[in-house]
Amino acid sequence: MTATTEGLERETKLQGIGTSRLRKEDARFIRGKGTYIDDIKLPGMLFGAMVRSPYAHARIKSINKAKALAVPGVVAVLVADDLKPVKLDWMPTIGGDVQAVLAGEKVCFQMQEVAMVIARDRYSAADGADMVEVDYEELPAIVDPHKAMAPDAPIIREDIAGKDEVSHGKRTHPNHIFTWEAGDKAGTDAVFASAAVTVRQEVLNPRVHPCPLETCGCVASFDKITGQLTVYITSQVPHLVRTVVAMLSGIPESKIRIISGDIGGGFGNKVPIYPGYVIAIVASIVTGVPIKWIESRIDNISTTGFARDYHGVGELAADKDGRIKALRFSALADHGAFNSHVSATKLPAGLFSICTGSYDIPMAYCRVDAVYTNKAPGGVAYRCSLRVTEAVYLIERMVDVLAQKLGLDKAEIRARNFIKADKFPYTTSLGWTIDSGNYHAALDKVLTAVDYAGLRKEQVDKRAKGELMGIGVSTFTEIVGAGPTKVCDILGIGLFDSCDIRVNPTGSAIARLGTMSQGQGHATTYAQIIATELGLSSDEIQIEEGDTDKAPYGAGTWGSRSTPVGGAAAAMAARKIRAKAQKIAAHLLEVGEGDLEWEVDRFKVKGSPAQAKTMKEIAMAAHTSNLPQGMEKGLDATEYYDPPNLTYPFGAYVCVVDIDRFTGETKVRRFYALDDCGTRINPMIIEGQIHGGLTEAFAVAFGQAIPFDENGNHLGNSLMDYFLPTAVETPHWETDHTVTPSPHHPIGAKGVAESPHVGGIPCFSNAVVDAFAHLGVTHMDMPHTAFRVWQQCKALGINTR
Amino acid sequence: MIKKQTVSFKLNGTDVDVVVEPRELLIHTLRERLQHTGPHIGCETSHCGACTVDLNGMSVKSCTVLTVQCQDAEMVTVEGLEQGGALHALQEGFTKEHGLQCGFCTPGMITRAYRLLKENPSPSEEEIRYWMAGNLCRCTGYQNIVKAVQYAAKAMSQARTGT
Repeated sequence: MTATTEGLERETKLQGIGTSRLRKEDARFIRGKGTYIDDIKLPGMLFGAMVRSPYAHARIKSINKAKALAVPGVVAVLVADDLKPVKLDWMPTIGGDVQAVLAGEKVCFQMQEVAMVIARDRYSAADGADMVEVDYEELPAIVDPHKAMAPDAPIIREDIAGKDEVSHGKRTHPNHIFTWEAGDKAGTDAVFASAAVTVRQEVLNPRVHPCPLETCGCVASFDKITGQLTVYITSQVPHLVRTVVAMLSGIPESKIRIISGDIGGGFGNKVPIYPGYVIAIVASIVTGVPIKWIESRIDNISTTGFARDYHGVGELAADKDGRIKALRFSALADHGAFNSHVSATKLPAGLFSICTGSYDIPMAYCRVDAVYTNKAPGGVAYRCSLRVTEAVYLIERMVDVLAQKLGLDKAEIRARNFIKADKFPYTTSLGWTIDSGNYHAALDKVLTAVDYAGLRKEQVDKRAKGELMGIGVSTFTEIVGAGPTKVCDILGIGLFDSCDIRVNPTGSAIARLGTMSQGQGHATTYAQIIATELGLSSDEIQIEEGDTDKAPYGAGTWGSRSTPVGGAAAAMAARKIRAKAQKIAAHLLEVGEGDLEWEVDRFKVKGSPAQAKTMKEIAMAAHTSNLPQGMEKGLDATEYYDPPNLTYPFGAYVCVVDIDRFTGETKVRRFYALDDCGTRINPMIIEGQIHGGLTEAFAVAFGQAIPFDENGNHLGNSLMDYFLPTAVETPHWETDHTVTPSPHHPIGAKGVAESPHVGGIPCFSNAVVDAFAHLGVTHMDMPHTAFRVWQQCKALGINTR
Repeated sequence: MIKKQTVSFKLNGTDVDVVVEPRELLIHTLRERLQHTGPHIGCETSHCGACTVDLNGMSVKSCTVLTVQCQDAEMVTVEGLEQGGALHALQEGFTKEHGLQCGFCTPGMITRAYRLLKENPSPSEEEIRYWMAGNLCRCTGYQNIVKAVQYAAKAMSQARTGT
């Protein structure tokens, strides 16, 4: 950069990397002028309403449309038989399985899609849906994944009962999906056999839902004359949707346009392709008019995009000083009725093998068994990368379990096991190469900030008085930014991302990317990256995403991949432009390229700073005849960026809770979060992302769960039952940071939005369990509702005066 | 077919007439017939507050109000807050304090806070949190929403006293 005052002023004016630039998106949202999916209205548009199964497992004996078709306003009723002629009654899933678009023979989960009623408005569509008569024969349901592979278990998926493989290797039972392993089993077993200390704990990540405030939906519009299909959709991955729709429909991909407009939150819920989208598309092709389908909230929680349902077992082997010698983790994964688990093709259990965490663990083995149950299909990454929350939760809980067994302090045991700062890049025993980290510095900073020693002393005093105070520590390492195409693909498409920048003659620019914001503020932050790289004001850089006719191909926004992959593409595309600009500047100044140096917004001649060409001047020159011989006109560039590695943001969190032993209520007194996401692009937006992630972690730790009865009936699928914290329950957040840039990312950034969710959940749980640690409690499963915590108090006999 | 009814009310200072079935919900009338798509549908069960509008001086969830209940009502939505090209202090506060991310809850949040500041021009943080508890946000964690309301309260107080 520059040392001169004048140079610094110019740099400030750019509003580039590192500035808390206000968001450009806000102008429309604060006026109520966003364009979310339900705001799309097309001429002649009809509405679709879904008919859903009341049973979790049942044979469909007959469907009678007659009464529904007689309802005024109803235009059509689509059932599986109507989709068969176009071969769309089933669709492939991201998990390598198939999923019923509309159930034909039988239903495999409650609220499964059975028919769609198409009508002139949403009221008549709902009336029609009520009048579709479906005759079911109920079958026994499997709700508990532990019972899925019992010898006499009912077979959930008769359509694939004869297949010994659906994806990812051999199946051993009709309800078995896959078994996945990583690490050295024999070596790990040997360390455990001779270890001084071992601990084992069952740890549940219950079934939860990301529950963005806007539900999923689409407006499909097929033009029968041109053969063009346009789909407005709530998708975090519009380009992948286009490819899948082309594969499904046979329509050339060039005639399909997917448009993700403003999205009212995603958090992983809006990654998969759902039956509702497919039926709306078919209905539009059949009727020739646009079809709108929008989920209700109950549909959303019941059927689309659940997360977790990982039933884990953690084991650690250590020496008597608490140094971890080996790790053995397993999980039973409940994927529901169809394997539409969101992951990369080669990673059936996602990035679960990041479960060695921030620790130098020489030997490890992990295994995941996935099974079918009569529950909604999927397994999305709820504000995390693929299965990273599950992995981090296990290791962060297990380190506490080990500390309690050895009587060690929970911060001290972490410090003893951290990968030391001079060991990076560090390859874990499960094969990931963590590019950078500085864990001791982060933990020390937090312990000082909260006066950890003072808190522990206070805890001793409180315990003496019979009061429950807990201190939770979490020192997590994330793995985000999927990802290198050699490791990560979906349907064969590598998870690169892209940026296309066009600089106009007057020095403004437009950049289009393959990612898709759902509130992260991309229009603001990508412009800051490009501003710094190009020396053009971020206010004159327009960002566009989500329209597949405009943006270059990319794998969308999920798994904190926008900054690590899309942001890198933006920087690299800008650098291509700057390289061309340097040639133009050399030509205009009649010097060699090597005689020039870059300063903020211009190339200047070394030793003669008055001789300079600003990027704005170069932009105009690029559109004239005065260019180096043979050079193409224009100042544009496109980058398809394939990252060399994932990125590894980390953090150190401390949470202090006070628990009322008579009511079980937990009060979060303090939460201190230090995050290291490498280079910080916009501190204001980073802080906002951390507040949001911590709040979603609070929700998961203290209340979220989707319960079922033994027949597979939902016991809580509206906002009456499903916990979304309000402003009253939500704690106050304190944030802090260190900066350890990623060595392989063009600007050193790592991604941040998921860290607070991933690192926050174990911190809350560790705090709650810590409150009971002196009473011999080593683990309590989430969610830590007042009732469940009170049950713990009652079991200990401390709930009465 | 159920007989439709004519309903007349004042929306953001303008008289409007709509002809609706008795069962039609206010949120649908606003969004589908009157092109006021600021209020959003988040849950349809009165929990999330994305559809909040100001009806006769009270915050209501328009997903559970029948349009036929609104005869002669005075209604304010987020679209009515900007006056003469000038943003309302709350709209300014939400931007300045980064009180929104995806923006889906924002119209309801701002409309609710508009009523709060009419009733209590200088609320404490605790009062703000209590008053805003009927409006859910999944993105911000509320901390910056509290700051946004405080920003507006201060700006409005300064405008009143001329300081």
